Amino acid sequence: MSAVLPRIEPAGLDGWMVRLFAAIDEANMPWLTALVRRCEASFGDALVDLVPSYTTLLVVFDPLAMAPEEARQRLTTLLADLQPDEARDDAEPRELPTWYDPSVGPELERLAERANMSIEQVIEQHSQAEYRVFALGFAPGFAFMGRVDERIACPRLETPRRRVPRGSVAIAERQTSAYPLVSPGGWNLVGRTSAVLFDRHREGFSLLAVGDRVRFVPVSRVEFERLGGDTRSVEANQ
Amino acid sequence: MSDVKTRFEVRRAGPLALLQDAGRFGVRRLGVTQGGPADPHAWAWANRLVGNAWGATALEVTMGGLELDVARETVIAVCGADLGVTLEGHSLPLWESVRVRAGQRLAFAQPVNGLRAYLAVAGGGFAAEPVLGSTACVPREGVGGLDGLGHKLEEGDCLGAETPTGMPDTGRRAPDDVRPDYATTPRLALLPGAQIAEFEGRSLYQAFNTAWRVDERADRMGVRLRGPQLRCRLGGMVSEGIGLGAVQVPPDGQPIALLNDRQTIGGYPRLGALTPLACGRLAQCLPGQDVHLVATSRERAHNEHRRFRAGFR
Repeated sequence: MSAVLPRIEPAGLDGWMVRLFAAIDEANMPWLTALVRRCEASFGDALVDLVPSYTTLLVVFDPLAMAPEEARQRLTTLLADLQPDEARDDAEPRELPTWYDPSVGPELERLAERANMSIEQVIEQHSQAEYRVFALGFAPGFAFMGRVDERIACPRLETPRRRVPRGSVAIAERQTSAYPLVSPGGWNLVGRTSAVLFDRHREGFSLLAVGDRVRFVPVSRVEFERLGGDTRSVEANQ
Repeated sequence: MSDVKTRFEVRRAGPLALLQDAGRFGVRRLGVTQGGPADPHAWAWANRLVGNAWGATALEVTMGGLELDVARETVIAVCGADLGVTLEGHSLPLWESVRVRAGQRLAFAQPVNGLRAYLAVAGGGFAAEPVLGSTACVPREGVGGLDGLGHKLEEGDCLGAETPTGMPDTGRRAPDDVRPDYATTPRLALLPGAQIAEFEGRSLYQAFNTAWRVDERADRMGVRLRGPQLRCRLGGMVSEGIGLGAVQVPPDGQPIALLNDRQTIGGYPRLGALTPLACGRLAQCLPGQDVHLVATSRERAHNEHRRFRAGFR
């Protein structure tokens, strides 16, 4: 698949897949968020869903409200003069208060050993970097963020946990995330955030959106508890 | 305890009974799945026969095992699978509006023909608080259903209707030609996707000329099909949005048709996407049943969809 990009590909009866880029890159995201906004304005009520992800945007429309060919034509028009969203350097990144501790981040030790670092250095690596949200998926509000420094990147667990506690901060390969709800999961746990990542009663529902910049801010156990965090260990949470 | 709006009390919940409206839309970018009826054809007919508009909340009963006590006189329709449903021990006509009276017991037994039955109630459908714009019940995500928290129906639950009035005619019947025989081997219409040319020629031939067997691993997220091992030149892809009915092929070469509760993004190459009606037909298949995949054109699929939707308001 080495044809010219961007490209509009078939995606079922009610969808077109806009493929903008070939590879994962933080620089993709302003283009994707710009296209999301343009689609919202152009499709109006005929729009059903937009699913941006890393390199693509899936556009789902109501084929009874807009003929598929017309939808495709509109996308072609939008792509012709698409400009990336301007970086808002004044906007602060989202901050996720995170308690890094082996009791809630049992893989800290594994990552430290692999990287030949101390646990403190692993924490420093993870919390120093600023990450970008590439996609949401897997579960409501679960944000795939990157890119994690290669030294602390780590493959998923051989056997996924049946129950990952809510708020768990985790690393898989060069991506990081936080689990919005209790769920099964195979990522390496390094800590826990007190941030509420998904709330059905909040406007917008999800704390994070595709394109957001994010930082994990280390907090003490006391501070984590004060912020409403659950200090029970991963084992006690099973 | 039942209040005036209560129509049914759940005596036995069975393995899986879920409230479903048309589905949850506009929030897939947040990782929230679509939900909605696995078989939109049978769901839409059940609602129509009791006078409900498109989108009303009906009950999707999988396998059977559900027993309801009627708390108040109302009109219902059961469409879709024949799950051996009885009213006071007598066989209940399917695809037809029927009056039920207080004190009667409605019982779903087990699959006779098909897998999922839809129970619709007059008065705008079952009452439930919408969550993220929909009542569609998705237990994995903890959204929708009676309490909004994604619980499947449980013993002791009380089901009410949206509006206390509304008693349409009984004896409304769906024409015979819209009532599928789910025991036949279905031909599932598939719109070829962008990666289709990346599959090896022999695999493409096999994809559309093989009787695929429905695997035990089949649920509202997806249905695995067993057959020849399909080979694709693409390995993993960068994860991207997945539409309803997408047929993805993981490295083991066995396709998975993704249904209403699928994850919102994924990274396996795809043959294409089943049409919504083909998804519904597949959702009525029991493990061990055979299905065929048939390539269709966008125009043809579009026209079929228009005709289907034209019958429902």
